[in-house]
Amino acid sequence: MLPIIETRNLVKRYGDYTALDKVSVSIPKGSIFGLLGPNGAGKTSLIRILTQITAPDEGQVFFNGEPLNPDHISKIGYLPEERGLYKKSKVGEQLLYLAQLKGMSKSEALEKTKNWFIRLDIKDWWNKNLEELSKGMAQKVQFVATVLHEPEFIILDEPFSGFDPVNSDVIRDEILRLHQKGSTILFSTHRMDTVEELCTHLVLIDKSRKVLEGSTTEVRNRFKTNRFTVDTKDPIVFDHFPWQPAAINESHGGLFRSSFSLGEGHSPNELISDLIQNSEIHSFHEEMPSFHDIFIQVVTQPQFQNP
Amino acid sequence: MKKIFLIIEREYLSRVKKKSFLIMTMVGPLLFAAISIIPAWLALKNKSQNVVTVIDQSGLFKGKLKSNEETIFKFDGLAEEAEKSRIKSADDHQMLLVIGQTDGKTNPDIRIFGSGNPSLDLIESIENQIDAELKNTQLKQAGIDPALVEKINPKVEINTTVLSDEGEKEGSSTAATIVGFGGGFLIYIFIFLYGSQVMTGVMEEKTNRVVEIIISSVKPFQLMLGKISGVALVGLTQFLLWAALTYALSTIAGTALLKNQEPQKITQTSGAPQDDASAEGSKQKDNTGGLLKELSSVNIPYIFFCFLFYFLGGYLLYSALFAAVGAAVDNQQDAQQFMMPITIPIILAIIVGQFIIKDPNSNLAFWFSVIPFTSPIIMMMRIPFEPPVWQIVVSMVCLIAGFLGTTWLAGKIYRVGILMYGKKVTYKELWKWMWY
Repeated sequence: MLPIIETRNLVKRYGDYTALDKVSVSIPKGSIFGLLGPNGAGKTSLIRILTQITAPDEGQVFFNGEPLNPDHISKIGYLPEERGLYKKSKVGEQLLYLAQLKGMSKSEALEKTKNWFIRLDIKDWWNKNLEELSKGMAQKVQFVATVLHEPEFIILDEPFSGFDPVNSDVIRDEILRLHQKGSTILFSTHRMDTVEELCTHLVLIDKSRKVLEGSTTEVRNRFKTNRFTVDTKDPIVFDHFPWQPAAINESHGGLFRSSFSLGEGHSPNELISDLIQNSEIHSFHEEMPSFHDIFIQVVTQPQFQNP
Repeated sequence: MKKIFLIIEREYLSRVKKKSFLIMTMVGPLLFAAISIIPAWLALKNKSQNVVTVIDQSGLFKGKLKSNEETIFKFDGLAEEAEKSRIKSADDHQMLLVIGQTDGKTNPDIRIFGSGNPSLDLIESIENQIDAELKNTQLKQAGIDPALVEKINPKVEINTTVLSDEGEKEGSSTAATIVGFGGGFLIYIFIFLYGSQVMTGVMEEKTNRVVEIIISSVKPFQLMLGKISGVALVGLTQFLLWAALTYALSTIAGTALLKNQEPQKITQTSGAPQDDASAEGSKQKDNTGGLLKELSSVNIPYIFFCFLFYFLGGYLLYSALFAAVGAAVDNQQDAQQFMMPITIPIILAIIVGQFIIKDPNSNLAFWFSVIPFTSPIIMMMRIPFEPPVWQIVVSMVCLIAGFLGTTWLAGKIYRVGILMYGKKVTYKELWKWMWY
């Protein structure tokens, strides 16, 4: 299937500084796509090109196969990291204004806004000035502003910052609902738990270059270390093994947890057949690397980066 | 295009709906009216009655100094020293006037004593009366009837006529000066008032960060143009409301005041001989009537059109620059240093204008009215003096080119500036932005 967004060799320079260096990214339609990278890596520059706030110096962007152009503005929703709306304007009025700027008709915008106010239970905010709302309330309004025009492609920069756990869940559920209805979501975030929980694909940018891209499963497989964790009834006697367990911990319910690194040429089945002779196995699973670890590994150790 | 209108609509409505706009609209004309009316009102209301005791050593003036509402002259005082000590302990409105010896040919030594300083008006009115009396005495001594002198009172007026292609028309330098300076000054005020509104509007959007959302929907240049046009409409609305309200207010207040004023005018001058007073009164009426006539000699629709043109042109030229400054900085303090080079030509124009209005066809006047940074104010001042048409055309074309140029330049700075946070900008940096 055609990716919803494809960039080819994007280059963006600010004076002598290169913010993006030949970045090619492909965002599959229907994915929840994580845009990761340290501060100053070039994430915001990439987002600003996708939202047509700035233009790239070199390279191309395709939206559903077509070169990106102003017609696509109405199909993209953008929640910037630095939130902000007009403080002295009424909540309802400015949502209508923003929706109309995205190309909706006034009546359509009115209807959609009302639906969202009912859905998020914020009906009595309509005539309030934004400055009367708390930070979390203003964030909700801003989220509505982002998705009001039902964009195909939604860019969310740190969408959960500033929300308490309850509202955080409300917004997460709304994002997932939009995803189910067919929108593609781009998350820019530093919170790896969000990536673990929600993302299907990701790209990692470091020092203006793309260093990692793929589905979350692919990336995990690439970074797995062939370590396995076993819970057994009795402590394991190591003498029988050609390899050494990394650690043994007293575990919950009187079970013992051990961790094994499988060397080259050994399969998990070999390990299991050896373990069976030692003790009763209660669980056995492969240790998958967390994205937190992958992130740190890739950013601090350049040998892990894609060629 | 549709999006620009949306922006204009929002910028316009959000400002016009503000309470401060309503207050400014109501208070402005009151202020204008007050400026023109309060001094007159104060002069009328704040008169206190002075009692002046006269010791006339010459004997020429007894009964000749006439009392009126403000001043009562008494000739039945005590001896000089006794009067002085009495007045010392009395209030400010008690005075002692001592007129020294004279035969009517030389000026007498005159002193006034009081516990405070007498008002200038009082001194002047006494001086005038004594002068008139001395003049009468001297005329009589020379064998001339003072009444005859009063009657001989020629007064010529020079009527200005402008020679132009449309034939000869009545002109008036006084009216032109009033209209020209008023128009230029209004443009000066409007550029500052609404230019800085554009600047704070841009800064508000930038610091609120809402700008990032807006320009993901419209081009930065569209947002800037929309804001500038929206504020321009606010300015026009306010100007028209002010003009209408000021006109209404000053008409009402003016007629009310004139009714009170008329009888007092005569008593004020009643110290002088009677026929002199009526001559004075009718002269004054002539003056006001003349000025009204002169003002009506000014071509109002033509001047109004020019005013709107230079008002809009000047505003567009400067507001684009103000928008660029607003985009380049993060806070009001930083804005100051970039405001300087923008405000200097405006202030220069209003200062130079005071000289140009006295010599509206000089070389200096020509150049200042062609350079687009000063032309809105200077040309507006010259317009009532009817400068050559080709000069107006050159000036207007330059102004249009000027605001297209500043808007283009400002657009470049604006585009980069609104997304630039937390960085102190220098002129060098602004220069670089123009070529991004």
